[in-house]
Amino acid sequence: MIANNDSPRRLRRNLLTAMGGLLLGGCDALSRSEWFPKILRAGEVLSRRVQHAVTPRRSMAQEFTERDLSPTFRSNGTANPDDATYQAFAQAAFSDWQLQVDGLVEQPLGFSLEQLRAMRSRVQITRHDCVEGWSAIGKWKGVPLADVLTLVRPTSMARYVVFHCADPMDHAGTKYYESIDMEDAYHPQTILAYELNDASLPIANGAPLRVRIERQLGYKMAKYIMRVQLVDSYAGIGRGGGGYWEDRGYEWYAGI
Amino acid sequence: MLDAGPEATPKSDSTPRGYLYHRHALIVRITHWSNAIALAILLMSGLQIFNAHPSLSWGKSSYSNRAPIFETSAATAADGGTIGATRIFNHTFNTTGVLGLSRDGGRWVAKGFPSWITIPSFQWLAMARHWHFFFAWLLVINGCVYLTFSFFRHHVARDLIPTRSDWRSIGRSILDHVRFRHPTGAAAARYNVLQKLTYLAVIFVLLPLMILTGWAMSPRLDSALPGWVDFVGGRQSARTLHFVVAWTLVLFVLIHVFEVLISGVWNNLRSMITGRYEIAPGPGSREPM
Repeated sequence: MIANNDSPRRLRRNLLTAMGGLLLGGCDALSRSEWFPKILRAGEVLSRRVQHAVTPRRSMAQEFTERDLSPTFRSNGTANPDDATYQAFAQAAFSDWQLQVDGLVEQPLGFSLEQLRAMRSRVQITRHDCVEGWSAIGKWKGVPLADVLTLVRPTSMARYVVFHCADPMDHAGTKYYESIDMEDAYHPQTILAYELNDASLPIANGAPLRVRIERQLGYKMAKYIMRVQLVDSYAGIGRGGGGYWEDRGYEWYAGI
Repeated sequence: MLDAGPEATPKSDSTPRGYLYHRHALIVRITHWSNAIALAILLMSGLQIFNAHPSLSWGKSSYSNRAPIFETSAATAADGGTIGATRIFNHTFNTTGVLGLSRDGGRWVAKGFPSWITIPSFQWLAMARHWHFFFAWLLVINGCVYLTFSFFRHHVARDLIPTRSDWRSIGRSILDHVRFRHPTGAAAARYNVLQKLTYLAVIFVLLPLMILTGWAMSPRLDSALPGWVDFVGGRQSARTLHFVVAWTLVLFVLIHVFEVLISGVWNNLRSMITGRYEIAPGPGSREPM
């Protein structure tokens, strides 16, 4: 027993504080453990399965009007990639930049910005939902990813589309990357955007090209895309989580 | 289930201890406690998620020409020091120590809610989301089990819907509550009218609203049900409502625990653990019905 002259009320309060501390410390210990987060992740599996079961494959994200546009579209994550190759492309206004599309495709191709701009385009005013909780509404113009895929002809082995980006995320030079499944890749609103709010995509928002995946959270929508790779598994890329943030504990399925 | 039926048995003729009767069905007891755990974790992991963007707006987006309606931040005070500031509509309050700026392991940290009320206690959005969605599913499954049970056992109709005489006694019940007086004897075998209305509001209004405002924040579900997110005023409004309803539930829990404490804490606890509730002998209570 604790030997002191505290009043019972003080003792009770200390006891409550200690119990609360134990509970919170317990939750922190569980969070840091190897096994408990694996159990918690059952929630992600359930969310993905149930959400796919109740939403049609081609369900469209809400589109808004010009009146709903956010005054400025917030830049989040990298605002200007600290990378010599990227900066050289930016200097030349991305005139010698090329999007490489390869992997499990019959016809690997490179696309210049001019070529992408010459293809069929889609314009959409959509809401961008960040995992942090905020939303912004922007007007995007770009080429449907489905059209690019039609040209390179993915093989029947292809299950995921991986976006390799120019922005280094740490001092070691780890580049941002993301991946989506073929259902989202062929979704009509999945576009490789080169315009935001009727102007060329600013560097802060991912110039020259960023992907829009309107039924998922913002971190899926890779910026500064350099290469699109079709794969049958993303296990061998990065730390194997399917994306930069996924490798750091976030869900691969970001529909919620 | 509240049922002073055949199981009610007099304990002894010599002691005036009253009756133990089967007050809560097993399913009700299990769902009650799993809900209690789930709601506590959902609140605390939810506040950790809130801390990633400690600001609430009304409308479709966070970036419109309107200012947020609730925001916490670490601000510079007039004397040059740092304070925790909380703005609600146009009023700013100094909330140093609790909101905006609080101590974490002896250090002052700029954060929305303090570490003692969040899971995890330190900033870790990804982990908070894992906790939140796991226990959100537990809450949903729990709710389905409870409602299925209630439907087949007529729990809601029999125990929760106020009767005509309940409605007539509502004035007296309010007075009883503010005087901290509680029914004894046979009257304690049933929920009183305020209790019934509160439980109905929690089960059929507040908890469903939590789930539905949560769904409105999911971009995938918004694509399936675009009308729903508009109905609640847009995604940022859904986030704000989610926050407000969560604290309304906290208010309910505080009052609920207070009432449990002052109306016979051990008897109440026993009834929610073993199912058995004791009816103390009161005027005219020798007959349990």
